[in-house]
Amino acid sequence: MKNLFKGKMFTGAILTVLTSAMIMTGCGGNNNGGNNGAATNSPSNTPTESASPSPETTVSGTVTIAGSTSVQPLAEELGTAFMGTNGDARIEVAGGGSGAGVKAAQAGTADIGMASRALKDEETGIEPIVIAIDGIAVVVNPGNSVEDLTVDQVKGIFSGAIKNWSEVGGQAGDIVVINREEGSGTRDAFGELVLGEEPFVAEAIIQNSTGAVREAVGQDVNAIGYVSTGGLNDSVKALKVDGHEPTEENIKSAVYPIQRPFNFLVGEGKENSAVAQAFIDYVLSEEGQRIVVENGYVTATK
Amino acid sequence: MNRLLEEKIVKTLLFITAFTAVFSVLLIGVFVFIEGLPIFFKYGITDVLFGNVWNPTNQVYGIWPMIVGTIYVTFVAILIGAPMGLGVAVYLVEIANQRISRIIIPAVELLAGIPSVVYGLFGMFAVRGVISSLERGPLAEYLPSNYQTGYSILTAAIILAIMILPTIINISLDALRAVPKEYKEGSLALGVSHWQTIYKVLVPAAKSGIITAIILGVGRALGETMAVIMVIGNTPLVPALDWTGLFAPARSMTANIALEMGYAGPEHQQALFATGIVLFVFIIILNSITTLLVRRKGRK
Repeated sequence: MKNLFKGKMFTGAILTVLTSAMIMTGCGGNNNGGNNGAATNSPSNTPTESASPSPETTVSGTVTIAGSTSVQPLAEELGTAFMGTNGDARIEVAGGGSGAGVKAAQAGTADIGMASRALKDEETGIEPIVIAIDGIAVVVNPGNSVEDLTVDQVKGIFSGAIKNWSEVGGQAGDIVVINREEGSGTRDAFGELVLGEEPFVAEAIIQNSTGAVREAVGQDVNAIGYVSTGGLNDSVKALKVDGHEPTEENIKSAVYPIQRPFNFLVGEGKENSAVAQAFIDYVLSEEGQRIVVENGYVTATK
Repeated sequence: MNRLLEEKIVKTLLFITAFTAVFSVLLIGVFVFIEGLPIFFKYGITDVLFGNVWNPTNQVYGIWPMIVGTIYVTFVAILIGAPMGLGVAVYLVEIANQRISRIIIPAVELLAGIPSVVYGLFGMFAVRGVISSLERGPLAEYLPSNYQTGYSILTAAIILAIMILPTIINISLDALRAVPKEYKEGSLALGVSHWQTIYKVLVPAAKSGIITAIILGVGRALGETMAVIMVIGNTPLVPALDWTGLFAPARSMTANIALEMGYAGPEHQQALFATGIVLFVFIIILNSITTLLVRRKGRK
C-alpha cells in the first residue's frame, strides 16, 4: 500500500515536470511567433478598425508597428502610455530592424514602420516622421585634458588604431576603452555612426549599463566611453566632437555628428487609420515628447 | 479514521514540498538544455566549446574565453581564500580565547550577509584602484597596455576570496571541532609542540571536512555574478596563461549570461543558454565530488 502510494506520487511528479517543461518551451515558441507575426497579420486588422466612431475622445482599434529594434523600446513605452489613456486601443510593436520597418511601411504590412536612420534615396513611397533624436556623447574622465576630438579620432580610439592619449593631444597614457555589451542599442548605434564597417577594439573593458560606463570612466583618468546624451552627468566630461558639444541645440541642428533620428514611417499620401493617426499625434504631443526625454533621447519637435 | 486521513494529507503535503526541489532542478536543467543545445548542433561542439572568439553580432559563439576566465578566477580566489579561511578556523578552534572569538565569529557571519553588489562596489572603488596603480607603476614594463586597467582576474579573485571566506571558515571550523579531543591530548602528551600538533594531527584529521569546505567555496566562486561583473572588465578574450594573465581583464560564464541576456536575439540567447549548460555541467561535477567525499567520510 505504502509503495503504491509512493509510486503514484512519483509518476505524478514526472508528469508535472514534463508538462511544465512543454508549456515553458511552448510559450517561448509562441512569443517569437507572435512578434514575427504581428507585421504580417496587420492588413486584416487595419481596414476594419479605421472607421472608429469617436476619434476626439478615445480611439479604439489596433496599430501595428514594426522595424528598428533601437526604436522598439521607446515605441513600446509610448504605446503603453497611449493605451493607458485609450483603453480600447492596442499598440503592437514588433522588431525586425530598420530595413524591415521600411519594407513594412512600403508594403503596408504594418501601420507604422520604424527606422533608426534617415531614409535612403531609393526608399520611396514612404514619409518619415521624426519622433526623437538619439544623440551619443563621447565621455572621458573630468581630469582628462582632452576637450575636443574629430570623428576620425574617436573612430581610431574605439577601433584600436589610436592607443595613447598623446596621439590626440592629451597627456601620455594608454587609452582605456570602455565599451558596452553586445546587443546594446547604444553600442549598435555608436558602431554604426562612428565605426562603420570597422570592428570595435577587442581588448576593451565591457560595462553593461550607462551607469556602469559612467562609473568606470569617472574612476579612471585614462578611460573613454560613450553614453546616450540623456545619461550624462557630472561624474564624466562629454567631449566636443568636430568642435561641437553634444547639447540639445547642437543635436537638433545636426551639427553634432554622433546622432541618428528615430523615424516613424507611414505610406506617402496614404490616409492613416484614426487610431494610428491618434497615436502619432500623441507621440508628437507634449506628453509623448516628455516620455522621449525620460528615456534619454532628444525631442524631435523644435 | 479522521486521524488517518490527517496523517495522509500531511504526508502528501510534505512529500510535495520535499519534491519541489527535485522538480526545480529537473525543470531548470531540462529548460537550459532545450534552449542551449541547438547552438552546439548548429555550430559544432568543438567550435562552441573551444572557439576563441565571442562575437554574437557576427554569429561567432566561442565560449572558450569564458571557460578559461571562470577557471582562472576561481582558482586564484581559492588560492587566496582557502588558506586564509583555514587559518581563521584553526585560530578560532585552537588559539583564540572566548573574548576574541566573540568578535571574530559574528564578523564572519556578517561577511556572509553582505550583498554581492556591495562587494562589487568595494572592489570597483577600492581594490581596482590599488591593482591599477600596481599595474601602471612597478609592473608597467611587464604588462601589455590592456592589462593596466585595474579590471582584472586578480581584482575579481580578491573580492571572491573575501566572499567565500564565511563558507570555508564555517565548515572547516565544524570539521576541526569534530576531531576527537584524544588526538590532540595524545599528541601533546608525546611532547609534540602545539603548532606541530595543529598541522600534523588536527588538520589532517579534519581533512575531508576541510576539502568539502573548499569545494563549496569553489561552487560559490563559480556562481558569483554581480560582484564579478563589476570588477573583472568583461573582455571576452582568453587571458595570458603566464603570471601576467592575473592582470588581464576577462569574462566569467555567469557574467557572460548576465551581461548580454537583456538584448539578446533568438540565436544569441541560445548561445547564452549554451554557456549555462557548460556552467551547469561544472556545478554537477563539483557537487558529485562533494557528495563522494562526504560519503567516504561517513563510511569512516
